[in-house]
Amino acid sequence: MISKSLFTKLGPQSIWIVALLFLIAAVVPLLNLALPESHPLHVPSYLVGLFGKYLCYAMLALALDLVWGYCGILSLGHGAFFALGGYAMGMYLMRQIGTRGVYAHPTLPDFMVFLNWEELPWFWLGFDQFWFAALMVVAVPGLLAFVFGWFAFRSRVTGVYLSIITQAMTYALLLAFFRNDMGFGGNNGLTDFKDMLGVSLQSDGTRAALFSATAVALGLSFLLCSLIVNSKFGKLLVAIRDAESRARFLGYRVEHFKLFAFVVSAMIAGVAGALYVPQVGIINPGEFAPANSIEVVIWTAVGGRGTLFGPIFGALLVNGGKSYFTAAYPEYWLFALGGLFVLVTLFLPKGIVGVLSQLRSAAQKQLGQRASAETGAKPEAAE
Amino acid sequence: MKRFIRHVALLLAFALCAVPAAQADEELTHLISALANGKLKEMPAKISALEKAGNSKIVPLFEALSAGTLFYRKADKAVFITRSSADGITLMAPLTLQEQGVTTKKSLKKIKVNNKLRRQLKTAIANLTLLSPDVSLRLSAAKELFKSSDPAVLPLLEEALHQESDASVRQAMQESYAAMTLRTQHASQQHRLDAIETLKAMGNQQALSVLTGFVASASEPEERDAATSVIASINKRLARWSVAQNVWYGLSLGSVLLLAAIGLAITFGVMGVINMAHGEMVMIGAYTTFMVQEVIRNSFPGLFDYSLAFALPLAFLASGAVGFAMERGIIRFLYGRPLETLLATWGVSLMLQQAVRTVFGPTNKEVGNPDWMSGAFELGAMTLTANRIWILAFAFVVFAVLLVVLRRTQFGLEVRAVTQNRRMAASMGIRTPWIDALTFALGSGIAGMAGVALSQISNVSPNLGQLYIIDSFMVVVFGGVGNLWGTFVGAMTLGVANKFLEPYAGAVLAKILTLVFIILFIQKKPRGLFALKGRAVDL
Repeated sequence: MISKSLFTKLGPQSIWIVALLFLIAAVVPLLNLALPESHPLHVPSYLVGLFGKYLCYAMLALALDLVWGYCGILSLGHGAFFALGGYAMGMYLMRQIGTRGVYAHPTLPDFMVFLNWEELPWFWLGFDQFWFAALMVVAVPGLLAFVFGWFAFRSRVTGVYLSIITQAMTYALLLAFFRNDMGFGGNNGLTDFKDMLGVSLQSDGTRAALFSATAVALGLSFLLCSLIVNSKFGKLLVAIRDAESRARFLGYRVEHFKLFAFVVSAMIAGVAGALYVPQVGIINPGEFAPANSIEVVIWTAVGGRGTLFGPIFGALLVNGGKSYFTAAYPEYWLFALGGLFVLVTLFLPKGIVGVLSQLRSAAQKQLGQRASAETGAKPEAAE
Repeated sequence: MKRFIRHVALLLAFALCAVPAAQADEELTHLISALANGKLKEMPAKISALEKAGNSKIVPLFEALSAGTLFYRKADKAVFITRSSADGITLMAPLTLQEQGVTTKKSLKKIKVNNKLRRQLKTAIANLTLLSPDVSLRLSAAKELFKSSDPAVLPLLEEALHQESDASVRQAMQESYAAMTLRTQHASQQHRLDAIETLKAMGNQQALSVLTGFVASASEPEERDAATSVIASINKRLARWSVAQNVWYGLSLGSVLLLAAIGLAITFGVMGVINMAHGEMVMIGAYTTFMVQEVIRNSFPGLFDYSLAFALPLAFLASGAVGFAMERGIIRFLYGRPLETLLATWGVSLMLQQAVRTVFGPTNKEVGNPDWMSGAFELGAMTLTANRIWILAFAFVVFAVLLVVLRRTQFGLEVRAVTQNRRMAASMGIRTPWIDALTFALGSGIAGMAGVALSQISNVSPNLGQLYIIDSFMVVVFGGVGNLWGTFVGAMTLGVANKFLEPYAGAVLAKILTLVFIILFIQKKPRGLFALKGRAVDL
């Protein structure tokens, strides 16, 4: 019963995408681990790692799309939520190193020993437990988004002003995390992770499992976002995006809706960051750089904002392009990225997916017209 | 015939003047070469002879002798001041200090000194410099003595003080005299109390360190109390000056922020467009300065001091042209979509950065300071550097000119009309697209001129723009758009606030606190400090 109503609510397209993501989650590890390397369908480990990373980016783009594409909040600070989730996971992984660090201290991570710290700071307590770290992965970005959004939306900071203060937020965090006194490893960040939940991070099995986990997480986030945007709540978000004052005059507490979307989005971004860190093996303050957050915006814009599939597609496309370009023509990558920003905003305001669906609906219309033209006499006759 | 006689007379006069000078030099050279073949016992007499015959020219030789860098060549017993360098030992003539080639250590022999001789030399040096006819030499010697604690020089200093006529040298001598009195326990109590008073008038860090040293060793309670109270009063004075210094640093930072932000404020105010490539306009200005200086260095080295005067208009034109092209090529298609403009201009900024990196390379470029922009001077207990003063003045001039342009010219009138009500301005016959393009060019051009100024205090690299862009945004958002005074007040407030936080919180934390403050401030006043009054509503 529930599944049926869910199905009708989401529409077949979304179900297909979620199913595809779950299928990838199941099949890719199999192709990587079970098949011999000589087999034509074998997926090499480096590809698994690379696409695992891309899927994290896709999740981040999806999170941004929820607030930008559906609610009109252009956040230039989503990288901050991603990085906070990453740091929470990084802290757990740091605690798992135990005595295997360079200084072999049982509780303190290497960089704290190096800084002559005597004991673990209070905000590191509890991170030796996975459940606690997992909670923090969503709680910390969510809390930051809640506080920030509560202030910003209540005072009706909108448009470019909001974009700029979100940028200021991530910039302030960047500067803060660069400080050694903050207790997050300063410039170097957190790295040299050994294992997670008792299994080594270096083994192919763990990597494949992380990939699956990312694909499943992306699928679930997609499901969550579809549920949100297809509900009455989602319609209201779109109304706020298109005419905020009118929505307010109709009696809706606009700031509450925006706040909810913002917090959910930040939490998804946090989970994406947490899955990203064990796959790349490092988290440092560079992730807070304002340029990173703006890059997420372009993934979403290229794919198509206001569609849920668009940002995923855009993130995969742009990052695939980036991997290719930075290897083949490193000096031209910024030209390509910059050109992408300009061209997409000028010629593809709805992104690739948006244009495709526009074309399809135009074609359908034409087909319908032709059909009605052929049977032109009938409606009249029916009258 | 008359003329011939006059010539001869002139020649004779010259010759007569030249003879005693040449004689004196000859005598000196003779005395100096005598240093080479002497026993230690004969040295004091030789040094006093040199002291008597010589003038301040002999000081470097005395210093070298005291420091043990005076040698003579074994082959011909010629005396040299030496300096070790990478490829051996450089010889310098003892009087003229001209370099006379390089040699090995083996061919030289050191002229020996002992501590007794060193004391004699020190007094002799002080004697020669403190009593020299050259004012600047006397001044530096008097200042040098401030750190000395040798009681032997005291009587000499006293004598010099009696003879001194120049006020600033006299003051320096008195201060040094006071410092030496307190360091050595040779003076009477009244002398020491006077010295404390002198140091109180001096009132800087140096005086403070002498006094703290004195308090630690003083035996008389009266003197100790006097010194302690003077220390307290000096500390108070220094604290006041440090506030002034912080205000100055803050204004200096504020002027940089003002320069970087003012162009942004115009384009944001008039068109509601956030130009993320604004920082790159600053960078283009800085690179224009670099290129102008390269051309001048290679072709017209004499004009180097005027390089900034050439760079300013060129930077304005270069950045203005890029801005104009951007507006015509991209931004005008995006009006009414401010967030998209933000993204497109960010794309432009990436491309400009990479273009500069490809053409000029990723490393910092050397941009020189002209003579009139280097150096510093002291005001009370604070130091003002010339380039900061010029940049502050330049920022004020740019601000004033812009204010006049916007308030008093036809173009300014039209810009203000478009800012306040675009549609009404259009219906009054103002060509709003043209105004948009020109405003954008103007804002970018000013950013270019800011780049010329920033090239003097910051590294010129492809990332130059990125360093300033976020700060510029903060200034504009804080000050409020559409109002130049808002930008002015915003820049100065943020600059001063930042510099006042720095001593307590450290540079990075101060910046973080400023950012957090702005984020909170925007909640209270979403349209900035000086919001434009109007009935605009987004629908």
